[in-house]
Amino acid sequence: MGTHRFTVIQADGAVQVDAEVDAPQRSVRLRADAVQQSLGWERKDQGLCRGDVCIPSRSLEGIEGDDGRFDLHRLVELLERPLAVDIDANAAFVGVGASDRAARLARFEAPDFALPDLEGRVHSLAEHRGKKVFLATWASW
Amino acid sequence: MITVGFERTVEDAREWIEAAHPTHPSLIDTTWMVADLYNVLNVPTVFWIDETGSLVRPGETAFGSNVFQEFTGVDATLHHAVLRAWVRGDTPPPKREAMRAYQDLPSVADQQARAEFSLGRWLWEHEMADAAVPHFAAGERLAPDQWTIWRGSMRMQGLDPMGGPEFMQKMTAYIERGGRMRKIIPD
Repeated sequence: MGTHRFTVIQADGAVQVDAEVDAPQRSVRLRADAVQQSLGWERKDQGLCRGDVCIPSRSLEGIEGDDGRFDLHRLVELLERPLAVDIDANAAFVGVGASDRAARLARFEAPDFALPDLEGRVHSLAEHRGKKVFLATWASW
Repeated sequence: MITVGFERTVEDAREWIEAAHPTHPSLIDTTWMVADLYNVLNVPTVFWIDETGSLVRPGETAFGSNVFQEFTGVDATLHHAVLRAWVRGDTPPPKREAMRAYQDLPSVADQQARAEFSLGRWLWEHEMADAAVPHFAAGERLAPDQWTIWRGSMRMQGLDPMGGPEFMQKMTAYIERGGRMRKIIPD
């Protein structure tokens, strides 16, 4: 067990925070400021909040320890998001949950994205609003 | 038209895009972001998006030409014809109630698999290719139907995704399991 620099990765980038890592137990625990920095949830009196949404303090039992650290696995589970951890590399990826993704597709939404072309110029789907778009995915494999 | 290629690096995509001389935005997705957003399981998967940003049909397999027709058994021109008719406004968009049956919505296991793949991809990018391998394997185990994971990670594992022994073995197992090869929405 010890404090490590730990990388929390999401689709929009990676953030390094201090974490208490217990490799045999596969446990990663973050202070509240690290939770806010990496996942955007802020510890307030009433609970863990992000924008207008708050998870009440009573729901944080077993997730937030007496030392004020949050168990990353349990926290991400509460958020209904997928988590992959590499304890030796001190890195974790936090994805987007199935219910979020499925709800948008079930509403026939075409989620926006922005990606570069060969010259590094970034194009978004939203730029094409007002036109019909044929979106084709491919790979060389 | 917009194309999105799932490639390890921009350089991996370069020769293919340059050979095609596209006039449309030809984008490179090194994190498989669009596969996650649209629940893409294999390539090629295409989407029709209307003027308001709504999906007209669920994701489906469609080919640009008949180069692989012998292998796929799919006549690419059939999809081109219905696509052209919709773009020109000759035919109305299909009814959503009818299209819903063809929607693939991601499961919890699908998204867990994508998290494992994404961690593996990040480790690979940060020169921890050996550490990446078990995460690719976990993704494959969780969601064996995601070609974007099992085949899409092969180059990052130093394997040949175009007919090497590992590919042939995985492909045989996939077929024996009754895995879906492609998704065709009848017109």
